[in-house]
Amino acid sequence: MSNDNLLPSGLPRIESLEMRGIVKKFPGVLANDHVDFDVKAGEIHALLGENGAGKSTLMKILYGLYHPEEGGIYLNGRPITINSPTDSLNHGIGMIHQHFMLVDNLTVAENVALGLKSSREPRLDLDVVSARVRELADKYGLRVDPDTVISKMAVGERQRVEIVKALYRGAALLVLDEPTAVLTPQEVDDLFVIFRQMAADGHALIFISHKLDEIFALTDRVTVLRDGRVTGAVLTSETNKNKLANMMVGREVSLTRERPSVTPGKARLKLENVSAVNEDGQPVLININLVVRSGEIVGVAGVSGNGQRPLAEAIAGLQRVGNGRVLMDDQDVTNLAPAQMFDAGLAYIPEERMHDGVIKDFSVAENFILQDHVRPPFAKGIFLNFKQIAAHAQELINAFSIKTPSRETLVKNLSGGNIQKLILARELARQPRVIIAAQPTRGVDIGATEYIHAQLLKQRSAGLATLLISEDLDEVKALSDRIVVLFGGEIMGELSHEEATPEKLGLLMAGEREIEKMIYTFDKGR
Amino acid sequence: MNLPFTITFEKRVADIPKWLPAATSIGSVIVAFIVSGVILKMIGGEPLRVAKFFYEATFGSWATFSDTIVKATPLIMVGLACAVAFKMKLWNIGAEGQFYIGAFAASLVVLIPMVSPDSPKVVVIGLMIIMGMLGGAIWGFFPGYLKARFQVNEIITTLMLNYIAVLWNNFWIFDRWSDAGFQMTPAFEKSAWLPRVTDYAREYGTFIDGGGGLANFMTSIGLERISGMTLHLGVAFGLVAAVVMWWIFDRSRWGYEIKLIGDNPKAARYAGLNITRNIVLVMMVSGALAGLAGMSEITGVVHRLQERISPGYGFTGIIVAWLAKLNPFAVIIVAILFGALIVAGREIQPSGLSQLLQGIILFMVISSDVLLRYKVRLVRAQAAVEAA
Repeated sequence: MSNDNLLPSGLPRIESLEMRGIVKKFPGVLANDHVDFDVKAGEIHALLGENGAGKSTLMKILYGLYHPEEGGIYLNGRPITINSPTDSLNHGIGMIHQHFMLVDNLTVAENVALGLKSSREPRLDLDVVSARVRELADKYGLRVDPDTVISKMAVGERQRVEIVKALYRGAALLVLDEPTAVLTPQEVDDLFVIFRQMAADGHALIFISHKLDEIFALTDRVTVLRDGRVTGAVLTSETNKNKLANMMVGREVSLTRERPSVTPGKARLKLENVSAVNEDGQPVLININLVVRSGEIVGVAGVSGNGQRPLAEAIAGLQRVGNGRVLMDDQDVTNLAPAQMFDAGLAYIPEERMHDGVIKDFSVAENFILQDHVRPPFAKGIFLNFKQIAAHAQELINAFSIKTPSRETLVKNLSGGNIQKLILARELARQPRVIIAAQPTRGVDIGATEYIHAQLLKQRSAGLATLLISEDLDEVKALSDRIVVLFGGEIMGELSHEEATPEKLGLLMAGEREIEKMIYTFDKGR
Repeated sequence: MNLPFTITFEKRVADIPKWLPAATSIGSVIVAFIVSGVILKMIGGEPLRVAKFFYEATFGSWATFSDTIVKATPLIMVGLACAVAFKMKLWNIGAEGQFYIGAFAASLVVLIPMVSPDSPKVVVIGLMIIMGMLGGAIWGFFPGYLKARFQVNEIITTLMLNYIAVLWNNFWIFDRWSDAGFQMTPAFEKSAWLPRVTDYAREYGTFIDGGGGLANFMTSIGLERISGMTLHLGVAFGLVAAVVMWWIFDRSRWGYEIKLIGDNPKAARYAGLNITRNIVLVMMVSGALAGLAGMSEITGVVHRLQERISPGYGFTGIIVAWLAKLNPFAVIIVAILFGALIVAGREIQPSGLSQLLQGIILFMVISSDVLLRYKVRLVRAQAAVEAA
């Protein structure tokens, strides 16, 4: 760490940023209840908490999107007011969002310059921007070429562009909102090297995550939020995963998953040479062969956007299968309509739960009868039987411990974890024989994740055939009996539960088919 | 600019209270009246006198109230027509055309004629209802089918079909059925007239003159005279339609499906709904309601098919549906308000005033939506510092 007050980017450091006694109320919810949080130059401070714990509220306050009812923000000991994201940027606070805020068909420099004043208005000064981007990239070891078009970049590279963008805008403090969500294990390692270097150079970093492994791999301190309150502020070196998990959830949670041994039964779901193209005629699935047996969880791993969604939708009847066959219980169900697939015993937890899984403006009760509103007992002739619908909803809310003010609450006002539980409850209540669970715990808190995993494992023991599509490698590893890896719409390889190490999976995810050879070079490379 | 406070908009994260949508609608109407008053004042008018006159011309007596309801009648049906389509986020702005075609199709019963003019009223009117609704439904079918099958933008097609409908009507009334060269058909036989209150004036007028309990009661509420009151049976169509639509929206499976498709077509498809068929059906129901309004207007008011039977009811219906937040019963209330605006527009000079008011009301209502999605707060600039 250099002793002078400047960062490599040439900007002054933020020696300390403190949020003191922050209180933020929403109708019926105390989102932040006297929260204290601080970060210093040169450290990485993790903000940990379940969904709805108040992490994003706190960060939105820091970013000027919300205004606290009480409490203040202090920069280098002096009180500041942040009324908008612009104020926040002017104070040197930058955010790296979970979802990249980049325009695909522009270059890196153009993306960086977007929305900023040019040094020679009204003309653009892209050459100046490029030079500065290059300079920053060099200083921080970010390997970003300012003239590359975003659409040609890998996900890991785009992440680095976001960092350059924040630095360019003068960020001395960076808020990293689940920055690893879309990266392969190797890319995560690279990114962490960069973060550590930035901290060493005097930046202050706030790292938001719910992945405990990453907290321990990267951060110096951890602050844990639960129900809007700080439940723990500790040095990372003085705690462990179980302690953190307990602080998050407020009770003992198990981080390991009990996978009782189940002898797989007959093949329930079979895909034979399935290929499909998207609306533009581009292949999205190439020659997929896959079997899921009764009592078995088959995991599908891969970096986001490598055919996971088309695969799920091809089975559910939402994506047309061009070639090949889909079989359920040896019946050909290729290209049946979704409703017919449900009748055949399929359940589907879609990956975009807010878009495909629920109706945001419908109540909890109404969302429970999405597929079944045409059948008794929910339908009574041409009318709906509201008594039955309410009873059914109450039963599922209790059985799956869904946290909702009432069954009439609109789903858009529930937390992600509870929406996911709602979908799971609805799908399992239909007693399916095959379930496709696409990203069942993405953005879901530890407590709900534990619950959802337990449910999936329970159903596995009961003989359900599960296709688990997930970008969360830990999840895939923890639950699956076998794991296939998708890359570019193709299955790169299959590993058993025992064989699947992060290294092997990572290489398959990067599109390396000849895994033995790659492992060899990988080991040597180390 | 250094204000002592800043105004912030915060997204609502909890369920909004049930009374809030109604309150914002009512609030925006009041604000619209005030804004109109200010404008009136600025151009040298006397807002309070205008308001008083406005009230007298619309709700001041049973006779004027009857006129208001007559104007509200088509608006109720057209408002419901728009509401049902908007529930599914189908932007049917073709209620005007569906209204005209409904009127045209209903007229066919008399003008072809499909039944003898001497047939009982029930038969003639019954058939005209069916024809009117069918006509409107067909006019809704085309854009619905194009939307469902080929994703053709329904805003464009419904809008264009309005012009075709008006011109189609004109062709028949100018060229084929013109009454002595005027742009109207000959008056319908009485059997094709919807019953009006005034038609019973003779009968019940005598009754009141004769004294007795009912007469005293009628007199006590200021209703000594019912002759000349134009109120017709069409309003009953509107009320029945509102109840039926409420039933569909809030009680039936189909209503659930309409809202489901409107809110999230992807999830609806996943739930196994036939979206194509539902789009066509909803457009046809929407058209049928507008067509019924057209039928009610020619049989209840003008008693012939003629030019300009609608002073833009189809478009006002859009505002009505929106202001009523797509609630069928609220449609009735809003339709009465707009019926009053039309009546007042005839009485007040300059007559553009009531259109001004309509425009301001719509503007206010659409803006007030912000209050449903966001919480508005004043934040003192120094708040953060002071609190510390």
